[in-house]
Amino acid sequence: MEFFLTHLVAKYNFWLYIILMMIGLYAMIAKNNLIKKLVGMNIFQTAIILFYVSIGSKKGATIPIIEHSGKTVGHALDPAHYVNPLPHVLMLTAIVVSVSTFGVALALAVKIYQRYKTLEEDEILTRIRES
Amino acid sequence: MSENYPALLVIVPLLSAFAIYACSWLHKKSCLPLAITGLSISFLISIGLLIKVLHRGPFSYHLGGWTPPWGIAYELDQINALVLLAVTTVALVNLIATGKEIERLFADRKGAFYALYLLFVVGLLGIVVTGDLFNLYVLLEIASITGYSLIAMGESARAPISSLNYVFMGTIGACFYLLGVGYMYIMTGSLNMADVRGLLPPLYHSSAILAAFIFCLVGVMIKMGFFPLHFWLPNAYTYAPSPAASLIAPLMTKVMAYVMIRLMVSVFSPSFVFSSISASRGIVWLACLAIIIGAVMALSQRDIRRMLTYIIVSEIGYIVGGAWLGNATAMSGAILHILNDALMTLCVFLAVGAVSRKLGRLYIEDLAGLFKKMPFTMAGFVAGGISIIGVPPTCGFFSKWYLILGAIEANNYGFVAALIISSLINVALFFRIIETAFMGNPHTAAIGHEWTSGIQEVSLTTLVPLLVVTTGLVILGIFSGVVVTQVIRPGLTGVF
Repeated sequence: MEFFLTHLVAKYNFWLYIILMMIGLYAMIAKNNLIKKLVGMNIFQTAIILFYVSIGSKKGATIPIIEHSGKTVGHALDPAHYVNPLPHVLMLTAIVVSVSTFGVALALAVKIYQRYKTLEEDEILTRIRES
Repeated sequence: MSENYPALLVIVPLLSAFAIYACSWLHKKSCLPLAITGLSISFLISIGLLIKVLHRGPFSYHLGGWTPPWGIAYELDQINALVLLAVTTVALVNLIATGKEIERLFADRKGAFYALYLLFVVGLLGIVVTGDLFNLYVLLEIASITGYSLIAMGESARAPISSLNYVFMGTIGACFYLLGVGYMYIMTGSLNMADVRGLLPPLYHSSAILAAFIFCLVGVMIKMGFFPLHFWLPNAYTYAPSPAASLIAPLMTKVMAYVMIRLMVSVFSPSFVFSSISASRGIVWLACLAIIIGAVMALSQRDIRRMLTYIIVSEIGYIVGGAWLGNATAMSGAILHILNDALMTLCVFLAVGAVSRKLGRLYIEDLAGLFKKMPFTMAGFVAGGISIIGVPPTCGFFSKWYLILGAIEANNYGFVAALIISSLINVALFFRIIETAFMGNPHTAAIGHEWTSGIQEVSLTTLVPLLVVTTGLVILGIFSGVVVTQVIRPGLTGVF
């Protein structure tokens, strides 16, 4: 029970991101269709973005701007009471990166479809072997 | 002006990439001169930076005047100034050498190709110069995404699918690196490398830091194509268009190997890397396997460019093994080998690119009698091959020498044996090609090219850079002692 509480419940965000990552990895390895593999890749990247977002969250805390701290000015100046915005800001950049990777990968998928008229990996491989 | 060199180094090619793309709509002819100008400025700046570092010692540049650990800093030390110089040199020489080929292959997509070319160089320069862990991730992805696109522009029908496989592996690698940085951030609350290095020692026993290190390491190893994570590499580099192959093959894997060394040296400390985790022996054994299996796989290839990609896998084994032997001699050898290998790979890929321009196909038997037809190109290829084998006075010999000395110092004779076996296999590899090209009868054996008497060389714009690289191989070899004692060793002071 104690293991359950300290390792599973208290750190549930870690378990969630690992499960999501494994779903993405499974899709990338096991799926035959290239678009499904790409979606798996996107799930993999999103899992890490969610991990970063989760480590930056805090219950009952506010944003680190004095104006928004309510009545008491000291509230947002005390680090215990505000959310560290840096992980979230980093993830804005990571989202841009993952979107552009996905864009390039989709463009490649279009090019592959134009060459082979299919997106199933086994059919593409047999066509490569035939040529 | 000169205090802003680190920023200009990255910004000049970045701005020229945008200028080139805009220019391609208005005046197509000015694309190539613009690209060459951008890279030349960057090249001159990297020389300036190396001189400055040698005079003043390591320094850091604060972007926008924000002091670290809050702002992003560019850190310059002897070693990364050297790697920067290698990156800009290879990119500039390759652009000059393959400019005509690019104009021919991508007549209607010139703007896109040059812009991607420069952005790729921007990414690599940024990776080497940055002092911020997250900034490194972003620049890593800039270099990778442009690399995927450059590879997919190949003429071969298999180029897009090889590029897509590279996308999958590359993304997994980058994600692992990002995850490792996340763990480090949880534990230290900082992303600046120097700051993290200061904050880490009390946390070395923590399993989160160990996980962070392993995640970063595996991510970087996927990106550099370290055995057994190299499966994306041969296809991607074989089917890339030859101007892009001779840019990406020498630089991408080597810069990633440098990132690994930087993580080991300036984020974590060698005491943690070599003593706290007992992985170094295992990694050196993997490196031995990489060296031998890369060489054996290279021996079994008929296509010359594919053979060279397996040699890259083997060379990455040298660098990783040298870095993990855990003493200053082997580490200097590994760093020297990053420079040498960038130059050697550029040399052979340039020669092979020039040959494939004339012949179309690149199987070994097609080269029969090619020495009489393209003497200068083949001489360049032989020089590159001799350097990869490691014959003095070419530079390949000296880095192998330091690696062997380091391995003996570490009592790791398996690594010594792997180095010698792979050199012997390389001898077999290159002499097979040289024999075919020198002795082969072009009338009976030539399948790929029509035999005509007389010299049919590629143009001077390709031959002169190839000659420069070939002399560079010898000059770097002769001065490698100076490079090690004056530049690399001072860069490693306080580390070992």
